[in-house]
Amino acid sequence: MLLNLTSDQEFFRDTTAKFLNEHAAPTEIRRLRDEPDGFVAEYWQRGAELGWTSLLVDEVHGGGSISGSGLLDLALVADEFGRHAAPGPLVPTNIVAGAISELSPDRHARVLSELLAGTSVASWCHLEPRPHDGLDDLVLDVRVDGSDLVLNGTKRPVESAGRASHLLVTGRTGGGFTQVLVAADTTGITVRPMHTIDITRRFSEVTFRDVRVPADAVLGEVAGADAQVERQFQQALVMANAETVGAMEFALGMTLEWAFDRYSFGRPLASYQELKHRFADMKTWLEAGHAISDLAAEAVSAGSGEAGELVSAAKAFLGQYGPELLQDCVQMHGGIGLTFEHDIHLFLRRVALDRSLHGTPAQHRQRIASIAMDVGKAA
Amino acid sequence: MSADATEGLDAFRLRARSWIRDNLKPVAAGASAGVLRNNSTDDEELAQIAHERELQRLLFDAGFAGLCFPVAYGGQGLTPAHQQAFNEELTGHEFPVRLQAPTISPCAAVILDFGTEEQKLAHLPAILRGDELWMQFLSEPGGGSDVAGAQTSAIRDGDEWVLNGSKVWTTGAWWSDWGLCLARTNWDVPKHRGLSVFMLPIHQTGIEVSRIEMLNGTKEFCQEFMTDVRVPDTDRIGEVDDGWTVGIRWMFHERMLHNSPYVTIPAGDAHAGIGASSVLRVARESGKLDNPWVRDLVGEARMLQLTSEALQQRLTEGMRSGAMSDQSAAIGRLLSGVVSTRTNTIAYEIAGGDSGAWTDDDGAITDCGSDFLMRQVSTIGGGTTEMARNVISERVLGMPRERTLDRDVPFRDVPRGGQS
Repeated sequence: MLLNLTSDQEFFRDTTAKFLNEHAAPTEIRRLRDEPDGFVAEYWQRGAELGWTSLLVDEVHGGGSISGSGLLDLALVADEFGRHAAPGPLVPTNIVAGAISELSPDRHARVLSELLAGTSVASWCHLEPRPHDGLDDLVLDVRVDGSDLVLNGTKRPVESAGRASHLLVTGRTGGGFTQVLVAADTTGITVRPMHTIDITRRFSEVTFRDVRVPADAVLGEVAGADAQVERQFQQALVMANAETVGAMEFALGMTLEWAFDRYSFGRPLASYQELKHRFADMKTWLEAGHAISDLAAEAVSAGSGEAGELVSAAKAFLGQYGPELLQDCVQMHGGIGLTFEHDIHLFLRRVALDRSLHGTPAQHRQRIASIAMDVGKAA
Repeated sequence: MSADATEGLDAFRLRARSWIRDNLKPVAAGASAGVLRNNSTDDEELAQIAHERELQRLLFDAGFAGLCFPVAYGGQGLTPAHQQAFNEELTGHEFPVRLQAPTISPCAAVILDFGTEEQKLAHLPAILRGDELWMQFLSEPGGGSDVAGAQTSAIRDGDEWVLNGSKVWTTGAWWSDWGLCLARTNWDVPKHRGLSVFMLPIHQTGIEVSRIEMLNGTKEFCQEFMTDVRVPDTDRIGEVDDGWTVGIRWMFHERMLHNSPYVTIPAGDAHAGIGASSVLRVARESGKLDNPWVRDLVGEARMLQLTSEALQQRLTEGMRSGAMSDQSAAIGRLLSGVVSTRTNTIAYEIAGGDSGAWTDDDGAITDCGSDFLMRQVSTIGGGTTEMARNVISERVLGMPRERTLDRDVPFRDVPRGGQS
């Protein structure tokens, strides 16, 4: 995919890259450490004008894509986010906007238009606290009570919940998943900020205690949202994977430059075979990660039957080799690679965060094994 | 039937599908599992080779051989996309595996790139018909990865050349017909500038083929000893002393391996040997599929296979479009070697005690231990992964070259171990 972009996609990507060069430079990211939301409102609104929030939303509801596949276009944005370790709730806002557009655009027209304009953001309450993994093992209870639904349970980590106007909550009603869209200030919802390894992303623990919402807050069907949740999950994985690839690529480029410029014992680091071979390994992890990430993005975008397996393979691979590559970049830099002043940690943080969210490599290897076993049984 | 030049991909695919179904036998999954396993007698092997020659002839007669070779040389003049479609349709069927590498790629590919019109007409149709099996006379006992350091000598004598020396790691030379041979024609110039490439029949007076027994008992690899072998100058490929130009392309084709548009191989089979599916079979037949640690390893093997395949696809596209240099093939070579050794270790791990000692009733677990002993073949054969790392760092990333003592000096003055 990224090897052969259309000229429209190139232009779209360049526009985002230029904007991020200007507004998400490393000095700005360091400054945002003390910003409560991790980004400033104007930045997000201007990003929305560039198309960051509209790609999974149908044209008739105010969205639209560049290439015909909004998800592939969004992967380009995510890749640039990775290259810049950029701030902003890219994944949750797009997941929620896409779900509303697909399932309930009229009922939630105002929320959708605010998300598209970047004037408000939304969160996806998906993962759950230990011991649950929040993937298939998800226990937040959504109970039908007359014409209302009642939510009980806890979600964490939830990205940007402290800033979100609305929450898309994925819970369980008996044997199936149910999704509801609730205003963040609804009675019974408690948002408790968490610590995080990233500088600009913010996470919270969100608790729902007898949170009562009308039945039309449901997106899709009660106990019938399993396929939709899987689709959202795959979209989130595509974005996280693309972001990791972008961060790996930038960090490797930066470290290569360092290896050429830095001299020890009268010769550049780049001339030592031991280090050259490690760079060869890193280049191979990067190209392989790029390849599987792109292939998975195309499969998810096309809704192919292999999408689930491919996107988990991409997440498992990048979750393992992304942080490995970044840690090796730190090693190549030596002591300064561990300082706050140096930029490399901005990217290390991002790939480490992406590794831990949306399922770890170990969880995805289990998913892949389950799929392979099912296929094996059928054969 | 000859392929219509204007036949679309979809129509071609349908034609290929029905022909394959009507003419080629289905094969059981895992039939080609393992790492160079020693599981047939010489007679059985010769019978298999005879059968594969027939299969190649069948493909040729049906217009499915050499899809990307020009029509003038017995091919079909189609595109890599046609070969890919054919490979996809071929999955699950028998095919002439021994005629692919090294016969069709790199050998036939090199002849196509550098051969004269007469040479191409003499050999390419014969190869595509299944009449000629080729081997690479490339590595030498004294050489290893330093291919350009070849010491096999070729001395001109009128219209002929006289070759002396030894080549090694020629897979199946004992049942092959022709060799593509890199030899030194000039010792007074630096090593890359004194090489030439020749074609020679393997079974002739002056060539002694000796089979090498590997640690698992297989005797597929051979070593040849050449004594005063006479080769007509008309069987030289490329210019005299310019053999390294041929050699670079030769090794590019070798690194492309199953991504080569010339090679017919069932899609998904590119990682024959220990792949994710054999890991799954080992796990199932061990009765361990319910163990989370086993599933973790099964998932890892599958992840590695999918990623390796995706990488090969990306590199093929990148090199075809010019977005990546041809040297990028080394990236695919490195990952496939690393993935193969890791996958092999995974199967060994899952098999547990049965991989160290087994009976004939152990199904997929049988030979997991021997495969493990042979594990490094995938990071040695076809150019070591260390060489691939050199190529990636120096040619792809542009890092400084390793210091060498064999540049800009006549080859005869280059230090060589064990030959004072």
